[in-house]
Amino acid sequence: MQKLVEIVAGVTSGSTTATAVVEEHLARIKVREAEIHAFNLVTADQARKDAAKIDEDVKAGKAVGALAGVPIALKDNMCTRGVETTCSSKILQGWKPPYDATVVTKLRNAGAVIVGKTNLDEFAMGSSTENSAFGPTRNPLDVSRVPGGSSGGSAAAVSAGFAAASLGSDTGGSIRQPAALCGVVGVKPTYGTVSRYGLVAFASSLDQIGPFTSDVRDAATLLEVISGHDPMDSTSIPQPAASLVSVLDQGVKGMRIGRVTDLPEGCEPDVLARLEAAFDAMRNAGATIVDVKLPSLQYCLTAYYLIAPAEASSNLARYDGVRYGNRVDAADLNAMYAATRESGFGEEVKRRIMLGTYALSAGYFDAYYGKALKVRRLISDDFARAYKDVDAILTPTSPSTAFKFGSKTDNPLAMYLCDVFTIPTNLAGHPAMSVPFGVGSDSMPVGIQVLATTMGEQAMFKVAAELERAS
Amino acid sequence: MSESISKETVVKVSRLARLSLTPEQAEKMTSQLAGMLEHFRDIDALDLSDIEPMTQPYPLKNVMREDVEAKSLDRQEVLDQAPAAESGRFRVPPTIGFDV
Repeated sequence: MQKLVEIVAGVTSGSTTATAVVEEHLARIKVREAEIHAFNLVTADQARKDAAKIDEDVKAGKAVGALAGVPIALKDNMCTRGVETTCSSKILQGWKPPYDATVVTKLRNAGAVIVGKTNLDEFAMGSSTENSAFGPTRNPLDVSRVPGGSSGGSAAAVSAGFAAASLGSDTGGSIRQPAALCGVVGVKPTYGTVSRYGLVAFASSLDQIGPFTSDVRDAATLLEVISGHDPMDSTSIPQPAASLVSVLDQGVKGMRIGRVTDLPEGCEPDVLARLEAAFDAMRNAGATIVDVKLPSLQYCLTAYYLIAPAEASSNLARYDGVRYGNRVDAADLNAMYAATRESGFGEEVKRRIMLGTYALSAGYFDAYYGKALKVRRLISDDFARAYKDVDAILTPTSPSTAFKFGSKTDNPLAMYLCDVFTIPTNLAGHPAMSVPFGVGSDSMPVGIQVLATTMGEQAMFKVAAELERAS
Repeated sequence: MSESISKETVVKVSRLARLSLTPEQAEKMTSQLAGMLEHFRDIDALDLSDIEPMTQPYPLKNVMREDVEAKSLDRQEVLDQAPAAESGRFRVPPTIGFDV
């Protein structure tokens, strides 16, 4: 895999060209994409034009951006003007957004070359990319296994060398879990760090865009570009983006790293062994390991699977066959709504809309949604207490390595358990990232998750960089 | 927390969500939702009476933009992507129908 920072250095200095770089990636796509299915759409022609423009600018001595010539893939729930954006759902198939998401504008301004739109679990609901209406993505490291999800296409695209980096979205682990399963780096920034304008909403209080890359330095570089306040997103934090690349070589000497003593059960022993190895690596690098208790963590699945579907049931009400996407005609408006939604949504999306509508409905609101919001507070308070004693926390990213296709599709709850370590950070709004750290007993990659408090990206990246050096 | 979900409730909720489920789908959905709701009972044991609900992670206030003219989406570009449009508007089937 070619590093993002090397591509930028090569293109900027003239030792390679953006065209050569994009052709290499398109060639790899040509060879393996039929097998992997990372993309819903490969925008090869536009990518070639964009690369040629960068090369012209370099030749003419014009200033090029921080991502000059870097081939980047976008999860297909980010709006690209005039380019089909489907959320891997039949209901949006064929839809060409009339505007670009803020992250897309930022990437273009920085000179990135967008190579395509990646596959996902429909509307980002799932942990294996098996819920895509257009067929699953396969894990490039073992095609009999899932890439994780929901941003499985974005993770696979980086892992397979189809793109030097990609963007995903993370509502309950949808960047970090597929990053872990595909052996790449994946970051969910602090809620409000990256603009959600143009990201198709799943659960608005949890959704956050972040990068997939092949290493920590690339992730820091890309995150610096896409972060920052955006007036188009009312939940965007009004502060400038943090400097991340500058902290990568600082080490972890003197840092306090948390070990969660009451981690939810169900994690495979080989994954836990890698976690212990990660703590050893931190200790060897001069950090202190501190035990922390997060007693409310055991309730995170309940809180999340009430809050996220509740928000989704509201957000997905807009797919009604009126303003965009597909319509199934019927005699009157209500019948048209129901026929359109029945035919357009897949099973998992319907299940979550049903769960959310139920949790919000009269008579059940206090018992479910109201309680879930209070549990969310408990989880957030647990973290606040823990972060008085530690600078970062390490956990596994996922309870297991990449699993086989079909092994969890009949049992929604078993699939939901994949997110048990990633969900708490979304509920709290904190940053977290997954760093590859060795392999499990099946030789598939294990990801270690680095968690930090709100706006704690610098501490998180210091620890992640140290983990990477030790891996 | 309340008792297990009934098929009648599932059918009612599906109507609220504008999803038309077949009887078989309603049956399957009932058993899957019941399984999840059963799992969700774990929070019943918690005393949450003094806990403030948390609706969003970052304490932000509502923001208003300056009341100045700005470029908005191109109307034709938006309407071109609609399932049906006419005279600068979205076209929909009769709103007063036979089955509400």
